[in-house]
Amino acid sequence: MHYLDNAATTKPSVACVKAVNHALCENFGNPSSLYRLGIDAEKAINEARENIAAVLGCDMGEIYFTSCATESSNTVIFGAAENFGKRKKKAVTTTVEHPSVAHCFDKLEKAGFEVVRISPDEKGEIKAEEIISAVDENTFLVSCMLVNNETGYILPVSEAFKRIKKKYPECITHCDGVQGFLKIPFKVKSLYADCISLSGHKVHASKGVGALYVKKGVRIAPYIIGGGQEKNFRSGTECVPLISGFGATVKELSLTIDERYKQALELKKYLAEKLESCKGIKLNSKENSSPYIVSVGVENIKAETLLHYLEAREIYVSSGSACSKGKRSSVLESFRIPGKYLDSTIRVSFCEFNTKEDIDALVTEIKKAQNNLAKIKK
Amino acid sequence: MREIILAKYGEIALKGLNKHTFEDMLVKNVKRRLKKFGQFEYFRAQSTLYIQPEDENIDMDLVMEAMEKIFGIAKLCRAVEVEKDFGKIAEKGIEYVSEALEDADTFKVEAKRADKRFPMKSPEICSRLGEIILERFPHLTVDVKNPNVTVTVEIREKGAYIHAVKVDGAGGMPVGSSGRAMLLLSGGIDSPVAGYMMAKRGVHLCAVHFESPPYTSERARMKVEKLASIMARYCGQIKFFCVPFTEIQEKIRENCSEEYFTIIMRRLMMRVAQRLCGENDISALVTGESIAQVASQTMAAMVCTDAVCKMPVFRPVIGMDKKEIIEISRKIGTFETSIEPYEDCCTVFTPKHPKTKPILENVEAEEEKYDFSELVDKAVHETRIYNIDAC
Repeated sequence: MHYLDNAATTKPSVACVKAVNHALCENFGNPSSLYRLGIDAEKAINEARENIAAVLGCDMGEIYFTSCATESSNTVIFGAAENFGKRKKKAVTTTVEHPSVAHCFDKLEKAGFEVVRISPDEKGEIKAEEIISAVDENTFLVSCMLVNNETGYILPVSEAFKRIKKKYPECITHCDGVQGFLKIPFKVKSLYADCISLSGHKVHASKGVGALYVKKGVRIAPYIIGGGQEKNFRSGTECVPLISGFGATVKELSLTIDERYKQALELKKYLAEKLESCKGIKLNSKENSSPYIVSVGVENIKAETLLHYLEAREIYVSSGSACSKGKRSSVLESFRIPGKYLDSTIRVSFCEFNTKEDIDALVTEIKKAQNNLAKIKK
Repeated sequence: MREIILAKYGEIALKGLNKHTFEDMLVKNVKRRLKKFGQFEYFRAQSTLYIQPEDENIDMDLVMEAMEKIFGIAKLCRAVEVEKDFGKIAEKGIEYVSEALEDADTFKVEAKRADKRFPMKSPEICSRLGEIILERFPHLTVDVKNPNVTVTVEIREKGAYIHAVKVDGAGGMPVGSSGRAMLLLSGGIDSPVAGYMMAKRGVHLCAVHFESPPYTSERARMKVEKLASIMARYCGQIKFFCVPFTEIQEKIRENCSEEYFTIIMRRLMMRVAQRLCGENDISALVTGESIAQVASQTMAAMVCTDAVCKMPVFRPVIGMDKKEIIEISRKIGTFETSIEPYEDCCTVFTPKHPKTKPILENVEAEEEKYDFSELVDKAVHETRIYNIDAC
């Protein structure tokens, strides 16, 4: 099997499985219980909190656990709107955000907010300047992802947020850091982000757990209310097993960020070189994008067809982004990918378990597919 | 409190000497459909099927829901069974229908005394029970012509049954009473509706689906299987034929002119389907075509398609607008599944400008450019056949 879809999800690490198992079988108390069993469970989630805080360079009190990054982003966007929406009516974001962010802004817009969406220029680049100049004193929130999930493009978050915070300290800066976390080195201070959304299952933890960094002093209204867990910011009994697993995997991966980055970069270069000689193939990803995600356009073959062709040979990639289940991607259009590649783009995404053999298999089969599959008519 | 379901026959009641064959078919269908809920006792009298659970823990709401989807039944009532004693009938019977009476303004009582040994005659039962009801529910008045609620008392061999609420059954004829047909099931909105309409007339349905991996995905096939399982709530278990169609499509594309692609593909689908029918004792084809809906569904196109068919092709939604078809698909519960976005993976093969008025000779000439007979054999041979049950 050649699993090359690590931006969709990753295989849980051994450390994660072990931690989940331990929490399920032994450490099963409710973290809110006053007796020992509860305290042990609370300790386990705080250990995970510490591990994530250490990677982000923040205080562990600034990390909240959620069910997924979608929940984290929804919390920030709607929570900020609830707190500041009466006074300020404007929010700024980009046209290349993940649906978990984009659809929240669509909803705000329907509720009467002004939403400014910055799109890439003719070269497919988003300029920090554009984001900064869209923000004014009436803006309560700016949200910008760190690494685009479809192309690997790295957005100028740090540059934009730094200057926005300097000029409008009250404006909340939110970053969807899912595809960058533990892959691209960053700290909350270097990003100048007030809030960062993170996901567990993209970094070898389990599905069903995410995290949200909220800078101390930043006021976001809670999205889920109830028993007052997570300092009354995210109610609901904490999912101790998945959180423990998330913590364990973060601890392990935090030691190898640079090493894995180099490995991914090598794989990306190797893939690019191999594809250079192929006709009708275009690398949509830029050189300075995340090495973990490579977007490849294969002329005249429908991405979904190619995906299933590769699947039959145990090579797993995705078409567009896996979250949209086959729907056409407006994000690729936004990045100025030429029309003929819009329906013909697959996404290859790496993790540390991938090798050059995976890429050899992929390229060989893509070449075969070009010969064997019926082409889209022009 | 023992409950019983009374299922009143629809058209079967009007049948002549062969009535019992239809009745047997209906009872068999009901038995098969209710098996999963537990044990029941069945008996028939005067165009009604009585269904009595043998176990008090059976969830009668679920049973009614399933019964409402069985063709051949016009009306359904849920009744309480009490001893054949007027005191008991008045006490327990009225309690059972009290909810319906509380919500009504007018009512009447009807009595059917099938067991003539019962001492009171029908008019007497009606008037005495009416009196008691008026006493207990002073807000009610009697209206014998147009009552909100009709309380019915049936005195039968085994006991007395009292009921007040009738719901519509699915109507139609019992599935299996009108032969076997093969539905071409694509995954869209129309074909499940077409299948439903045929099943309603008593046709036992099988379904054939053409898949073209890697151009179509496993999810697309799973979606069609889901549709079949929703339809099976009405049609009963469906024999499902999954035909590997990739090679045929690729060969059409390689050899035939693009504008004829869809029509030739449909002709080949019919050929494969017909062969499967022949091997499985199925006597007709059913499609979800509606005239003029798309380019391949013009009259001229259908003439060309049907030219390869040696058996009748039924198109029960032929004269319906999309809106009407959608209405039925919502009612039977297939709509939500039909609109899942997987079916369009096959767009690689749809021509930009298909022939809307193909001429048969031209289509045949185009098709002769390649000898498809071997591929048709192969597709038939490699078809996977399995049963799909109601979900």
